[in-house]
Amino acid sequence: MKELAAWALNIASQRGATYADVRVVADRSRALATKNGKIGNASDSRSQGFNIRVLMDGAWGFASSAEFDRTSVEATAGRAADIAKASARVKQSDVELAPERAVTAEWTTPHEIDPFSISIEQNLALLETIDRELRSVQGVTLAETNLNFRREEQWFFSSEGSDIHQTKYTTGAGYVAYSFAGNEIQKRSYPSSFGGQWQNKGYELLDELKLVENARRIGEEAVALHQAEQCPQGVYDIILESSQLGLQIHESVGHPIELDRVLGMEANFAGTSFLTLEKLRTLKYGSELVNVVADARQEHGPGLGTFAFDDEGVPAQCTPIISSGLFTGYLSSRETASLIGLERSGGTLRAESWNRLPIIRMTNISILPGETPLSMEQLISSTDHAILFQTNRSWSIDDKRYNFQFGTEIGWEIKNGKRVRMLKNPSYSGITTEFWNSMDAICSRDEWTLWGTPNCGKGQPQQVMGTGHGAAPARFRRVKVGSAYS
Amino acid sequence: MLTRDRAAEIFARIRKYATADELECLFYGGRSALTRFANNTIHQNMAEENYGVSVRSAFGGRTARATTNKFDDESLQDVVSASESLARVQEADPDLLPMPSQEERASSNASSPGAATSDKLPSRHFEETANLTPAARADGVGQIVAIAQKRKLTAAGIFASSEAIEGVFNSRGLSAWHTQTSAEVSITMLAGDSSGWQKANSPDIARLSPAHLAQIAAEKAAKSAAPREIAPGKYTVILEPAAVLDAVGFAFYDFGGLAILDQRSFLNNRIGSQLFGQNISIWDDVSDPLQSGSPFDGEGMPRNRVQLVENGVVKRLVYSRGSAARMKKSEHADQVGPVETTGHGFPIPNEIGEAPMNVVFAPPKEPKTVEQMIASTERGILVTRLWYIREVDPYEKILTGMTRDGTFLIEDGKLVCGLRNFRFNQSLIEMLSQVEAMSTPVRTSGEESFDMVVPAMKIRDFNFTEVTKF
Repeated sequence: MKELAAWALNIASQRGATYADVRVVADRSRALATKNGKIGNASDSRSQGFNIRVLMDGAWGFASSAEFDRTSVEATAGRAADIAKASARVKQSDVELAPERAVTAEWTTPHEIDPFSISIEQNLALLETIDRELRSVQGVTLAETNLNFRREEQWFFSSEGSDIHQTKYTTGAGYVAYSFAGNEIQKRSYPSSFGGQWQNKGYELLDELKLVENARRIGEEAVALHQAEQCPQGVYDIILESSQLGLQIHESVGHPIELDRVLGMEANFAGTSFLTLEKLRTLKYGSELVNVVADARQEHGPGLGTFAFDDEGVPAQCTPIISSGLFTGYLSSRETASLIGLERSGGTLRAESWNRLPIIRMTNISILPGETPLSMEQLISSTDHAILFQTNRSWSIDDKRYNFQFGTEIGWEIKNGKRVRMLKNPSYSGITTEFWNSMDAICSRDEWTLWGTPNCGKGQPQQVMGTGHGAAPARFRRVKVGSAYS
Repeated sequence: MLTRDRAAEIFARIRKYATADELECLFYGGRSALTRFANNTIHQNMAEENYGVSVRSAFGGRTARATTNKFDDESLQDVVSASESLARVQEADPDLLPMPSQEERASSNASSPGAATSDKLPSRHFEETANLTPAARADGVGQIVAIAQKRKLTAAGIFASSEAIEGVFNSRGLSAWHTQTSAEVSITMLAGDSSGWQKANSPDIARLSPAHLAQIAAEKAAKSAAPREIAPGKYTVILEPAAVLDAVGFAFYDFGGLAILDQRSFLNNRIGSQLFGQNISIWDDVSDPLQSGSPFDGEGMPRNRVQLVENGVVKRLVYSRGSAARMKKSEHADQVGPVETTGHGFPIPNEIGEAPMNVVFAPPKEPKTVEQMIASTERGILVTRLWYIREVDPYEKILTGMTRDGTFLIEDGKLVCGLRNFRFNQSLIEMLSQVEAMSTPVRTSGEESFDMVVPAMKIRDFNFTEVTKF
């Protein structure tokens, strides 16, 4: 790999690049799924290739290829230089990079069991067991299960001398029960929607998820929703369980803090952000209880945003995003850090694969748990009247990240400290900063889960990336509920 | 580019390694480039070339797929081995059909006058598009930026081009091959408190005018400056084609036979009823001159021209071979209209089955331009595009989302001012029942759905539920 990179970097240097980096990637993934007792998916995919990113005449060029012979590598590097030269025809200023120390490093996702070492028979047997449990519930009309594994090996070399070899493992698993009756399709997912729970760890994740143990309950809830009352419309206190709070963080904190959005670089597709630069360290984003970090370090946990180095060789870091309610930090890259005068990149540049440019992506954007011990049961028992929202069903937010609306699969009315009835089709909506300022309670560490969101789309061509979101159940006061059905 | 002959040679090598009863290889890939700009600067600019082969093995009711982008002997052996390993250990599925033969493919063509074949398809490969250089794309961006700077605006967007191949070979002698090019321009023009947007694509770069699109986007940004806030509620709206596309796109995955069998479609128990207004008729037609894509499906079967909706009544669904066979045996068989393979299946195995991917709305009897729709509106809202649309209710097909990049108040037949953007919660079924006027359908590209041929629509009582802060 080193030789391949040297060929490419040498061409870039000869053509006048002031900076260049090469990523070589070998990606393997496996997807298994069942649907109503039959195989829904059984596929294995391998993809290998490399890219070179060059900075020349103050502008970027990027080219990629799956061919590793010297002729192809040098032609690809030459193409990247030609592209950079074309980019330089339309620029307002030269790109500059925040400084970064060159490193030589090797890192692998800590894991106990390589997921690819588990037999296909064992995997299918698990899914079939879950499927049977789901369909044993009368009224379940469709049962879907899934298992997903990925191993992504990457070699990074830069013209500044970095030489980084990383291997990341990802495991995901989950299931959904649907029930169609009358004029309704209801569904329940476990452990969460979007294919369940996803983390950067090995097969051991599956032992932690209690998949089979929860299957019958999930099927029963899907069917019971038909008999539940419609979620009321009005202004209510609400409690979000942790996976829904994770998605709330993703949409209304994670995206607006992306510095490329703030600086207009995503204006045509993903959008911009209300978090303009003057709001840094002046905006009261949330209540005193709101503490959010962007933490890519292993010590934060095995999130989908956990790594040792980002895709331009910057070490994983923890950046305080909201500190006791105050907005304190953005997600940055070397280029965007330089543009706003930061000394160093926050290390968040990542690419979907070898044939895509790295762009700013969320790492693990997590709300810290409350310091005062508070369980979910205690949170509920301390609540007079509220609606509890569980497991995301729909999600939408405007292109500056102000106005959002979320629907969940199931809701529960809480009265006088107790769950009193199930509610169907629950939704809530609001304005980002008003919402976060209304948070008046968050559960403590025992209720905190590092959720994986495997399907975050951004960039052109669009890239899908996994992000992590640690969250504990939390309560918000006086939130608009039910307008999705108004 | 990977040629058909080279793919046939790779397929022959893969066959040597295969031990399965049946074998299918899908070839895909191509060359693509995308020049991205923002803040009147090209800030990202990329090119890639990549090809892959996806191998499906089948052993009597058991099937699986493995994919690689390496064509050396060792990689091909590995991909065959991976595919066979995944297939062998499964429980046999009695509904899994043998792979189609070349004769079955040919007879599907012969028996269906609407079936698409490469010779019936307009050419979708244009050398000028295939050979577009980074410098030519930069020149196009330069034109866009010049228009932005002249009007004191900031431009962001893309100028992309590609050349792609798609092919199917199987061990029963079927083979199919398709090549096409694509060019795409998308532009957002940003002003202090407003924005405008336009997007278009075509297999032929000669049919795109970046400068023309930039002028329209700039005009929208200028006209929507200082947006006014008005209360949410039910309004007459005029949705430009991109807004129609991104909303109606949420309907079409429900038009597959498997969606009915799975009971996850909003069409369950509704086929044959007057679901939409009588002015709504919809086809799926890959041969339409404004459409793009290959004339065969994931098994290599020819895509038929199918009338999905006639005068507001859902008449037919689309089917893969497997879904058609299952539907014929099912309790739904006599409630879903004609059941036959239509050539709309996704590569097997998959969980979705099939979907119409070449949707064409029939032209209205009396088409109206957007300008005519505005002139006929006493009070309403013109919407350029919709954004972040998600399904709130899968059976009533309630969608939520936002307006974006050019939302205008209409009063007394004229555009009055820009408006702050709205959130909507709107049933798609009701929306398509409340269409008062339509334009001639045009090829349209958005961000939430695949490209279609759709009209602009004037719709009454569109349900806006909230207003955002810009």
